Amino acid sequence: MSILIDKNTKVLCQGLGKAGTFHAIQCREYGTQVVGGVVPGKGGTTKEGFPIFNTVAEAVAKTGANATMIFVPPPGAADAIMEAADAGIKVIVAITEGIPVLDMSRAKRFLATKPNIRLIGPNCPGLITPGQCKIGIMPGYIHKPGTIGVISRSGTLTYEAVWQLTNLGLGQSTCVGIGGDPIIGTNQIDVLKMFQDDAGTEAILMMGEIGGTAEEEAAAYIQKHVTKPVAAFIAGQTAPPGKRMGHAGAIISGGTGSAQDKMAALRKAGILVAESPADLGITLQKALKNKK
Amino acid sequence: MGWSMKIHEYQAKDLLAAEGAKIPAGIIANTPEEAVKAFDHLGGNPVVLKAQVHAGGRGKGRFKDSGKDFGGVKFITKREDIAPIADVMFKYPLVTLQTGAEGQKVSKILVQSAADISREIYLGMVLDRAEGMPIMMACADGGVDIEEVAQKHPEKLLKMAISPETGLLAYQARKMAFALGFTPEQVPQAEAIMMALSKVFLAQDASLAEINPLVVTPTGEVLALDAKITFDDNALFRHPQIEQLRDLSEENPSEVRAAKSGLSFVQMSGNIGCLVNGAGLAMSTMDIIKYHGGEPANFLDVGGGANKEQVTEAFRILLSDPNVKAVLVNIFGGIMKCDTIANAILAAYKEVGFHVPLVVRLEGTNVSEGKKILQESGLKIIAAEGLTDAAKKVVAAAK
Repeated sequence: MSILIDKNTKVLCQGLGKAGTFHAIQCREYGTQVVGGVVPGKGGTTKEGFPIFNTVAEAVAKTGANATMIFVPPPGAADAIMEAADAGIKVIVAITEGIPVLDMSRAKRFLATKPNIRLIGPNCPGLITPGQCKIGIMPGYIHKPGTIGVISRSGTLTYEAVWQLTNLGLGQSTCVGIGGDPIIGTNQIDVLKMFQDDAGTEAILMMGEIGGTAEEEAAAYIQKHVTKPVAAFIAGQTAPPGKRMGHAGAIISGGTGSAQDKMAALRKAGILVAESPADLGITLQKALKNKK
Repeated sequence: MGWSMKIHEYQAKDLLAAEGAKIPAGIIANTPEEAVKAFDHLGGNPVVLKAQVHAGGRGKGRFKDSGKDFGGVKFITKREDIAPIADVMFKYPLVTLQTGAEGQKVSKILVQSAADISREIYLGMVLDRAEGMPIMMACADGGVDIEEVAQKHPEKLLKMAISPETGLLAYQARKMAFALGFTPEQVPQAEAIMMALSKVFLAQDASLAEINPLVVTPTGEVLALDAKITFDDNALFRHPQIEQLRDLSEENPSEVRAAKSGLSFVQMSGNIGCLVNGAGLAMSTMDIIKYHGGEPANFLDVGGGANKEQVTEAFRILLSDPNVKAVLVNIFGGIMKCDTIANAILAAYKEVGFHVPLVVRLEGTNVSEGKKILQESGLKIIAAEGLTDAAKKVVAAAK
């Protein structure tokens, strides 16, 4: 079992530039059913074996796609998200980094008018159900099918976590990179809820970072609603206030968003928090043992 | 990019005034002589000299080594006082709580007609991450540290969510103005300023816009006395006129240089330089250095697809910091293959010429090829296995 995507998921790729094409091929090689691409003006052609369509609606009608991976550059990315939602795609994964935040504000309000749409990202590595379906830019081989659910705001830090888990023999049910922007489609609580309800997930590893208060809210949610073991890590304990640390959303501002506050909130909720990023895997292992 | 663009007070006020906000009369001076001229032009009435720097806390700051006991905001009544005070402001760097000890050089002074104040109000607009929408915030006590109010007296902060499609609606502005205790005569004036704030915020893709304080004069005039606006870097591509307001002298030169090469860099004060791929891993690398007793000199994310030129430039930036005593490269190869990065490290190493120890930790795609390339290079590179080993080795090397 898994959340959001599995071997039956049919994926489109919106934006087949250099990066989009490369990753669409990588996903297909991993075993994902990549059923086509959307490039306005190139409909009717094929690229690297992918049939190309002018619009998402046309692609959905002809391929039965129910998920999409967006690589459209920032100026048009919010529009691409809304086009996918309007065409009835249920799982929209926006990889694009650098979308203006007000564009995302508008797109998110548009999405709220469509039922049951799940946007992952933007500015995220995507998500993967190991052995079944990869929609994103993560290296597939570091993953291993299993029962640990992974939630993260970051890309390479997620790979680090997954690699540590895999080396400990702990496979993953689904790994979700929710993205590093101030406004994202799916937050920690949304994914926690899905993992709690997923019979195939036994424990959850959550990697947060500085900025905003989402981890504090997730801590309160876990205390109330999550019965499965949870381990966590917060990146940015050494980050200075007022500076963006790479991700647009990773900034301590207005007296909120520090790693220390987040770690304290998680611990207060009874969640095991790794002090060092080298201990992500073993902290999760400890959380599992404590439960048993 | 690792920054969010700020502009000066006078620029922020001009943007607001263009949308209908009333601001005090003011003239920009680049020299003490121009400041005197501005004083005359404003009618010879009392003025405030306001040093234009991005950092906050100007009023409470002091001009470094000037021996004078005034800050970056100075009330002046006499013509003969203008030039000597402006001279100090231009000559010595202004040190505030936000500038760091070296201070910030002042190259422009806003000479502004002094306003009599009977009331001060805080007005601001910011993106509310949880709501996913901009909100307007106001506090009946102006001139305050709004972050402190938000923490200690959240009940004093009025908040109103603003639809990014419609902007602030007239009734919302009225509602807020009445709640802030403006008189019926003042409400339309306050409304105009709120509307201007919302328009500028939405039209120019601001991430933070503040009028602090918004004042009421004894004659009942409502004015934006001070203003501050920060913009969303990700939207600058569609605002070339805003990009032109950038003042590079206000930004860290290494951060500017890094941004030009597509690197995300933040200067820190420690002695261990870091080069990492990915923001989360880059932050975690700083954390683990600290965890093992070291101090990071910087945050540096080379991104997902860094090439040889970028890695070389990254090394140059790291090594130009005289504090750096050792460098840690931490790469989790995903899409970026470890052998590619190893070759880039070698090329950069040879070109830049290392004078400090280099610790390299590689993991992920093609890791064995990458390690082999470094090993066979014959260069003095300290190889590390895993994050903990890397952190311990670099901390030891920096001692």
